[in-house]
Amino acid sequence: MASSVPDSSGLDSSGLGVRRAVGFVAPALVLIGIFLVFPALWTLYIGITNYQLTGPAAANPRVVGLDNVLEAVQDPLFTNSVWLTALFVLFSAVIGQNVLGFALAWLLRSASQWLRRTVEGLVLLSWILPSTVVAFLWFAVLSRDTGTLGLLLGSPETSWLVQYPMISLIIFNIWRGTAFSMLLYTSALAAVPPSQLETARLVGASGWQTVRDVVFPHIRGHVLTNTLLISLWTANDFTPFLLTSGGPNHQSEVLPVLIYRQALESGQLGYASAMSLLLLIGNLAVALVYLRLLRRRA
Amino acid sequence: MAGITIAGLSTVYPNGVRAVDSLDVEIFDGELFALLGPSGCGKTTLLRTIAGLEGASEGAVSIGPREVTRLQPGDRRVAMVFQDYALFPHMTVAENIAYPLRVRGVAKSVQQETAVRTAGGLSLGALLDRRPGQLSGGQQQRAALARAVAASAEVLLLDEPLSNLDARLRLEARTFLKKLQRELELTTVFVTHDQAEALALADRIAVMDAGRIRQLGTPREVFQRPADTFVANFIGSTPMNLVPRGDVVVGVRPEYLTPAASGLFTGTVSIVENLGVTSLVTLDCGEDQIGYVVPEDDEPAIGTTVTVDAPPARVLRYDKETGLLVR
Amino acid sequence: MSPLWILRRIGFYVLITVVLAFFAVPMLWLASAPFDSKPGLGLRWPDWTLSNVSATFDHPYTLSSLVNSLILCAIATVVTTVLAALAAYALSRVRIPGRDLLLYLLLLLSSVVTGTAAMVPIFVMMLQLGLINSQFGTALVIAGGMLPAAIFILKDFMDAVPRSYEESARVFGASPWQVLGHVMLPVARPGVATIFVWAFVNAWGNFLLPFLLLRDVGQQPAAVLLRTLYDEGGSANLTVIPVFSLLYSIPVVVLYLFVNKRYGFRFHGGIKS
Repeated sequence: MASSVPDSSGLDSSGLGVRRAVGFVAPALVLIGIFLVFPALWTLYIGITNYQLTGPAAANPRVVGLDNVLEAVQDPLFTNSVWLTALFVLFSAVIGQNVLGFALAWLLRSASQWLRRTVEGLVLLSWILPSTVVAFLWFAVLSRDTGTLGLLLGSPETSWLVQYPMISLIIFNIWRGTAFSMLLYTSALAAVPPSQLETARLVGASGWQTVRDVVFPHIRGHVLTNTLLISLWTANDFTPFLLTSGGPNHQSEVLPVLIYRQALESGQLGYASAMSLLLLIGNLAVALVYLRLLRRRA
Repeated sequence: MAGITIAGLSTVYPNGVRAVDSLDVEIFDGELFALLGPSGCGKTTLLRTIAGLEGASEGAVSIGPREVTRLQPGDRRVAMVFQDYALFPHMTVAENIAYPLRVRGVAKSVQQETAVRTAGGLSLGALLDRRPGQLSGGQQQRAALARAVAASAEVLLLDEPLSNLDARLRLEARTFLKKLQRELELTTVFVTHDQAEALALADRIAVMDAGRIRQLGTPREVFQRPADTFVANFIGSTPMNLVPRGDVVVGVRPEYLTPAASGLFTGTVSIVENLGVTSLVTLDCGEDQIGYVVPEDDEPAIGTTVTVDAPPARVLRYDKETGLLVR
Repeated sequence: MSPLWILRRIGFYVLITVVLAFFAVPMLWLASAPFDSKPGLGLRWPDWTLSNVSATFDHPYTLSSLVNSLILCAIATVVTTVLAALAAYALSRVRIPGRDLLLYLLLLLSSVVTGTAAMVPIFVMMLQLGLINSQFGTALVIAGGMLPAAIFILKDFMDAVPRSYEESARVFGASPWQVLGHVMLPVARPGVATIFVWAFVNAWGNFLLPFLLLRDVGQQPAAVLLRTLYDEGGSANLTVIPVFSLLYSIPVVVLYLFVNKRYGFRFHGGIKS
């Protein structure tokens, strides 16, 4: 192999050769296979058993078929959780992060250097701080008696996370995740040809008309990609657990939190896996819809 | 120093396109050889096959007495300058020039010395510590040449060496390249789509089309007696007049036509284009349009009737069916 | 300057101020509470003291958890960067049928599975492999989750490196490893650095996997300890938490500042339309 030229080396400018290329890819694929693909497949299996963390079913799990799935679909805790997750994704990601991210990218385009740096810096910081830290920061903002929000709004007796848990989570997630949309839209806007923006200005288009007629056609693909990614991330985000642990009384129990509590607090590994399975299917369905939209665009 | 022998060479892409199609050619030791043709004619693929960057599907490539067809590019003792120069952006000019030596594990001091000497020869001495990004186009081209020279290969391959330079610089670089090649006496193959460049630089030219060589000859041969109508059309800064007459096509270069009392073509002057010291005049002769070149201040008025003629030796006849030159 | 223009400017600045406040207010606590003699959940001008700092250092697990974070993070980041660089290079240069679809599927899977959907099988698998409480094992799980995205982004950087660079090096006799070391990695360095920082920040902040897989407090990283401090005995330990949060955040902020200065926080590619 060392001294022969592959027949179609036009496909292989590095001269790696297929065997070495496989060697380069293999370690990564092995790790992905063990820790990503295999668990995903195993979810399928555990989901059809009555596997439990402790007790007799821990040692000898029995296959119960689709019973878990059927049970989950009828479980009010599960349906409640699906509904909450949908609300969470729709309002915090699809609307909140998307709109705020685009607005920031669009407005800061023409802002002065230091203003842009300040805003971007803060937005990015809220994105990269560790999740346990930001959870605590928001805990402080939303807490009763001395919480910052209560002081600002003049109602210190409100315990926001208890009285308005979902709204709090949504606001929190907008704060947490807008940076990604802002970055993506900033780079997307940079790719819009300036001559077209100038043409729009010359014919007297308003800001909104410019966005609709000139900018949007250019960045439609970015909007789809962005919406897909932030939706998936939000739907699978575990940070709500750190803020509310799903409470009070399941009022903010989004799916990841429900799955965690079923699996490790109630020990119902099989049942939790069935829910995981449904979440996985939901994720894939969303991804496929987006992919179709993306393809139709092209 | 060595010549290159190409025997029955084909390079076929996985999609079935025969980019190089059973080609035979011998490139002599020390000559400056041009591969000329329109884009997609296979000239670059041929060059890359000589370098070993494309695999030959059939046939053989030899450099001097060595057959190199199955050797890796690095084992062929060839040096190559790419169209975009491929200077490594993270290395200084000196590091770039010395790179072929670094790969071979030559001592740092020798690397440095070679870089200085080679750069000096290509008037890059003052730029050794710059990065490629800080060089002008002409300097980048010379740095890439210097790196190829420092490789002390037997064969130098150049892919469109002048195409990334602007027009004025290109002339200067062309002269420089020819001078360098003459000094090094290094067998050099270059690819170009610019017929003027090939005519000016090369000792011999291979005009290629569809993976085959249409004509192989000196610039004079190729210009004066194109082997077929394709070459006739491709070579020359003004296209050759090709006029069907009976069962042949008559071909005359505009530069060889002069006004005469009687002659080959008669027509009315429709357009005059200024080419600098000369002008290109277009005559409407019935169905055909005939171009001929006149010296400055000799342009005929639009609408006048002119007859033009050429010396018999400059009037070529091509077969109407095959397009080949009729002897 | 028409009145409309002035109105617009005012609107713009009001909007920006609200946004700035929205993003800044939660973070102010991180600046004030660590140095307040009576730190509470509220935001107030601190009564300056450093006693919280010494209290934090006296806590039995704070320092060890930061060290644990560093170990976990270093393993996961190095494994991710090295393996992703090798794989991205090969995938960028050698065309394999269905390569793009495969990458896209893995990317989707990674954004799904590393979240929560596969936490049960991951937990069971690690339990049966005896890798619960193993930092190395946990780091590998984190790396496995980050790899698809890392490969995806790095491949884009590698794709942008002109092929003539490698071909040039090859003509001069460079071996594939030399091509990688002399040319590809240096030229794609912004991409490699991006992945390194991205992987570090992700691994540093990862809560779920260590929470799931490291049950022994001596092995737990800062992310998990912070949660424990906040939960233990039903009330939050407010002397330690603020300082500890700050300490825990510093590496991320430093990295962020470094990247911002060196490369700018931009998408160079990676996510195209």
